[in-house]
Amino acid sequence: MKTRAKDINEKITWQEITVGTEIYEPATSVLVETGDWRVMIPIWKQEVCRQCLICAPFCPDSSIPVKDGKRLDFDFVHCKGCGICYKTCPFDAIDFVKEDK
Amino acid sequence: MSKRDRMSGNEAVAIAMKQINPDVMGAFPITPSTEIPQYYSQYIANGEVDTEFVAVESEHSAMSVCMGASAAGARAVTATSSAGLAYMWELLYVAASQRLPITMAVVNRALTGPININNDHSDSMGARDSGWIQIYAESNQEVYDNYIQAMPISETIRLPIMICQDGFITSHGVSNIELMEDEEVKEFVGEYEPDNYLLKHDNPLAVGPYGISPYYMEAKRSQAQAMKDAMPIIMDVAKRFEKVTGRKYGFFEEYMIDDADVALVVIGSSAGTGKEAVDRLRAEGKRVGLIKLRVFRPFPRQQLAEAMLKVKAVAIMDKAESFSNSGGPLFSEARSSLYDIPNKPYCINYIYGLGGRDITVEDYYEIFNDLFIIHDTDDAGDIYRYVGVRDSRFGERGFDHRKYED
Amino acid sequence: MAKRLNEAVEIRWHGRGGQGAKTACLLLADCAFNSGKYVQGFPEYGPERQGAPITAYNRITDEHYKVHSNIYKPDYVVVVDETLLKSVDVTSGLKENGALIINTKKSPEEIRKIVDYPGRIGVIDAEKISMETLGKNFPNTPMLAAVVKVSKVIDQKKFVEDMQESFEHKFRRKPQLIEGNMKALVKALEEVKVG
Repeated sequence: MKTRAKDINEKITWQEITVGTEIYEPATSVLVETGDWRVMIPIWKQEVCRQCLICAPFCPDSSIPVKDGKRLDFDFVHCKGCGICYKTCPFDAIDFVKEDK
Repeated sequence: MSKRDRMSGNEAVAIAMKQINPDVMGAFPITPSTEIPQYYSQYIANGEVDTEFVAVESEHSAMSVCMGASAAGARAVTATSSAGLAYMWELLYVAASQRLPITMAVVNRALTGPININNDHSDSMGARDSGWIQIYAESNQEVYDNYIQAMPISETIRLPIMICQDGFITSHGVSNIELMEDEEVKEFVGEYEPDNYLLKHDNPLAVGPYGISPYYMEAKRSQAQAMKDAMPIIMDVAKRFEKVTGRKYGFFEEYMIDDADVALVVIGSSAGTGKEAVDRLRAEGKRVGLIKLRVFRPFPRQQLAEAMLKVKAVAIMDKAESFSNSGGPLFSEARSSLYDIPNKPYCINYIYGLGGRDITVEDYYEIFNDLFIIHDTDDAGDIYRYVGVRDSRFGERGFDHRKYED
Repeated sequence: MAKRLNEAVEIRWHGRGGQGAKTACLLLADCAFNSGKYVQGFPEYGPERQGAPITAYNRITDEHYKVHSNIYKPDYVVVVDETLLKSVDVTSGLKENGALIINTKKSPEEIRKIVDYPGRIGVIDAEKISMETLGKNFPNTPMLAAVVKVSKVIDQKKFVEDMQESFEHKFRRKPQLIEGNMKALVKALEEVKVG
């Protein structure tokens, strides 16, 4: 039986599915690389940013890490490029552009 | 040791629950199962049990309470009937697919319409494909005994279980019963200690994930296996129960079937009336028998087929219509269980007892008479019949066999 | 080898919703249970309405009785409310060697003029007895005694002892009702007239 999210994939058989399709760990969404879905990308302009932190709670994918009261650069493994941070920033500290992949 | 007593089937279930003292009960009242939470609330108020009773605003929420509690590792119970069960519908499937071992006392009542509060099996038969184990009872004693066996079955295989009894007929009828001692019940049922549960500190769990197509079918196949694997567990628990009480249970009971020419297959309280008909016809030298199906889910396909093979004609009795134009749910499954077997018996279906319509010993005489006509003529005639319905073609009681008498 | 058939004594109660016919039926089941019998006590349920005619049933046997249908050919019929005689066919299916037991001030002969029944008719003025012994109209205890007396389905002496015990348990907080109910019981056993 595959109990860990990393072992559960589209190749496992019905015998390997857990009872009740439970996953034996929490917060397994971090394993899904939703950054792949991105077409537009937010660019953080650190020199303009005043660390007001309005953007962080607005991010629907928790992709703006905050440490010691200050935001860091985006978590691009998970950022889907929705642009909400760009719209909420009162200081034009975030650009939103087409991503070159 | 057992205690001789007398009580209604609802009280018997409430007493079994009291002896078990589950962790959580989420329930909403509906006739004829209301007495179960009513009795149980009294036990709680008297301090006889320490179950957390969650009074909710609907059956949808009652089942949701049970699911939340069960996922969190608690032993959860509820009781309902008819429209109440119907209102739990979507949750029944969720509870089963999440493999939550919830115990539900179902007091069978017709589903409206026309609106009706009396007994038939349309409520639980409608839920037959929801993934719950279903066990039916003939009497107060059996519903008590089945309830005591419910949790050892459901918690072992991790499937929810319905313990069904006939509304009013056994739920409100007072009759003799042998109760187990409290300690015996506690020992038999044991404590519920799941390996994993939602709020376990050192092993947090994700429950109820979205199952996209690449996973859904594997999940369902695994669930189907659980129903298969429940079969030996049901028998093991029954054997253990027999050791304690001396009362024997299986997937079904065979009554005077071994040397019978014709037989009935029937579920629930009407089996008792059928057995009396068998006794009386046997006293006249007629070789008749009866199979009382106790476990409908999982369906004991092979075993039932083997039992039916002992006779030449079988009347399969359904206390529920399925409006399939092909007979009731028990008929479809029992008859199909015989398909691969050579020299199978004739099978006819009787729809009976809908919305509290009484079935009497005399009705069973008529059914056995029909079976003997088939036995002697080798002509099954119309296999989809009604008994106990007024029919302009046939006079007061309406039996199709009369066409053979012309 | 055919089994010995288990014959039940079957009783049908007629009353009105709210009058306690169901309670009396369940009390009789209790009494029979206490005397070592197998019992069934079950009302016929429908939408409950105070005053509407209701039916309840008893089966009393020496062994477990399997039948779960209603009773169509009773050995005894008990009518808790005499006014039902006008609207309900109370003697329907009643066996001729059984008996009809009615709560009435009339004599068996007067009842026989109203109902078409050739068998025994037992009458009891349960209202009068209840008023005299309890000061209120609770016909259940006298009716129960009348049924036991006429049907002989339970040993009468054992019945009286059991009821004493049962009342002591039931009315432990209202001891004045124990004596009243026992008086009603004994009086009913004396006063029931069979014709």
